[in-house]
Amino acid sequence: MNRIKQLFQDKKDILSIYYTAGYPNLGDTVPILETLEKSGADLVEIGIPFSDPLADGPTIQHSGETALKNGMSLNVLFEQLAEVRSKVKMPLILMGYINTVHKYGIEAFAEKCNEVGVDGVILPDLPFQVYLDEYKDTFDKFGVSNIFLITPQTPDARIKLIDEKTNGFIYMVSSASVTGAKKGLSDEQLAYFDRVNQLNLDNPALIGFGIGDNASYKETCKFADGAIIGSAFVKLLGESGDLHQNIQSFIKSIKG
Amino acid sequence: MEKVDKALLDASVMPDKNGFFGEYGGRFVPPMLEPLMQEITDAYQKIKDDPVFKEELLYLQKHYTGRPSPLFYAKNLTNKLGGAKIYLKREDLNHTGAHKINHCLGEALLAKKMGKKKLIAETGAGQHGVALATAAALVGLECDIYMGEVDIKKEHPNVVRMGILGAKVIPATHGLKTLKEAVDAAFEAYLKDPVNQLYAIGSVVGPHPFPMMVRDFQSIVGVEAKEQILEAEGKAPDNVVACVGGGSNAIGIFSAFLDDESVKIHGIEPAGTSFKTGEHAATLSLGKPGMIHGFKCYLLQDENGEPAPVNTVASGLDYPGVGPQHSYLKDIKRVNYDSITDKEAIDAFFELSRYEGIIPALESAHAVAYAIKIAADLPKDQTIVVNLSGRGDKDIDYVVEKYGNDYGL
Ligand SMILES: Cc1ncc(COP(=O)(O)O)c(C=O)c1O
Repeated sequence: MNRIKQLFQDKKDILSIYYTAGYPNLGDTVPILETLEKSGADLVEIGIPFSDPLADGPTIQHSGETALKNGMSLNVLFEQLAEVRSKVKMPLILMGYINTVHKYGIEAFAEKCNEVGVDGVILPDLPFQVYLDEYKDTFDKFGVSNIFLITPQTPDARIKLIDEKTNGFIYMVSSASVTGAKKGLSDEQLAYFDRVNQLNLDNPALIGFGIGDNASYKETCKFADGAIIGSAFVKLLGESGDLHQNIQSFIKSIKG
Repeated sequence: MEKVDKALLDASVMPDKNGFFGEYGGRFVPPMLEPLMQEITDAYQKIKDDPVFKEELLYLQKHYTGRPSPLFYAKNLTNKLGGAKIYLKREDLNHTGAHKINHCLGEALLAKKMGKKKLIAETGAGQHGVALATAAALVGLECDIYMGEVDIKKEHPNVVRMGILGAKVIPATHGLKTLKEAVDAAFEAYLKDPVNQLYAIGSVVGPHPFPMMVRDFQSIVGVEAKEQILEAEGKAPDNVVACVGGGSNAIGIFSAFLDDESVKIHGIEPAGTSFKTGEHAATLSLGKPGMIHGFKCYLLQDENGEPAPVNTVASGLDYPGVGPQHSYLKDIKRVNYDSITDKEAIDAFFELSRYEGIIPALESAHAVAYAIKIAADLPKDQTIVVNLSGRGDKDIDYVVEKYGNDYGL
């Protein structure tokens, strides 16, 4: 069984953390991963920096810009991850923009993911139809899951199709906006969570965008299999003090 | 253009329903943007054949913009070169001084019909920003324009004009601080309030429906030019030339001639100071297919898929991507895409000014330079129609400061 499936079978209230590869320093990618696993994160999404990230707010944008300046690229990231499976056990997801992968080559990318032990991929600007027509077979061949984002505006039929055609988890964006931590759930968001839950999807679902503390994490877990924290964590990485101590206390404070 | 079904060159069947021109275009956007793009597509499809909308737009084109723009025979330049006859499609005479007003009026009317309160957009040279600020003032909408910090300094008069027109100019401060970054900033702002805002992108780029919609609004240039050259010469032109940044003025004039194989069509990109990465913006000449800002096109990019830095004297051409229809027209070899250096463009800028009394925009000077380059070798009974996409008032300080010495200033 793949690591993503296993995780969702074994655990509830999954805490998934997003951070940008090569930020704050080029060599931080894997050490951060190790600290995250030790601190109790369940799943990690490693962002491949891109200079024009249409789905990301200022915090993640800035981290990407810094990472690119530091010299991060998909090639460097795969080098850094070469030995990762001797260091961490949790499922790993890569998240990036389509052009980076397109340039690397879809087949080469999927093969490399499989080789280093990356379990899934999120490409937020890959249209679902293009995925079905041109990408799915290749990723399936290498056993790499594709994870798609849905929003409050995504129609039921599309959500069901994503559920039917993919096998990682469903990434529920909690508001139709760019990433960035905000407070509190609105009636609109609650109605959206409700709507998705009533579809009885086969895949588990995680809720992301706007979660940044224990209260929002706990609250979110009521409506899905867990939560994704991005901007709040990336912001922390940019703060002063001991990086790894900061990460440990952050994860602890989220989990409560 | 062997093997190409002629029907595919017909604007009414390109792009397909998902916005693809062959493999290019489409909608490579995160799911937050997808329904917004669909909303604009639906609204545009509904409105475009509506007689009331068409009449409103027609009235404004005629009495506000000053259409039809003249087709002027550049006799002095022609005689000096001693070859093909050069005609200029005078988009520089439009209200606001460039072709950009053509799609801005359309986009502003659409926004108004959709019940939006604010138009937002990016701008490079400031021409699209000025045109959109103008259209916004006219139809009664607020307007925010995102502009790279570098361009704000370079295109000062246009920044002032936007302010006078009541628009807010917001600097894009990341990366190279030019057009690409302005597009990033505009998308980001758009996602913050998609209900009240409409993103009126400045060229035939971005996710579907923009490459289609902006082309449709610009196609009037070609329709007029075709009629005018027929009247002047009794036959279709032998050559049509336009500069290509994103490609809106070019596709506007090309679209009327695509299905006439006797017309040679030339799209001219900026070769900058050299073909070294970072010193040009010749996307179709040197790029490789990729995705940027929500669509697939030829893209200048490095080996990691990062959009490459670009540079040219013409801020409005300073973009690492290009319209998807141009990408398609390159592949099927219907259009010849070539490039002109900064130096050649500056020469043409002065040449047109001094032979015809017309100061062209630096963008348009690229098209003029190409016409100058090919005219002498063509027979005298042949014609070249150049889309003179804009006037050069915005560029005069920059040109004189940087190049004045070489031209006795
Ligand atoms: C006068 C003029 N021509 C051409 C362009 C390039 O745009 P496009 O290639 O979309 O026509 C600009 C852009 O600012 C412009 O101001």
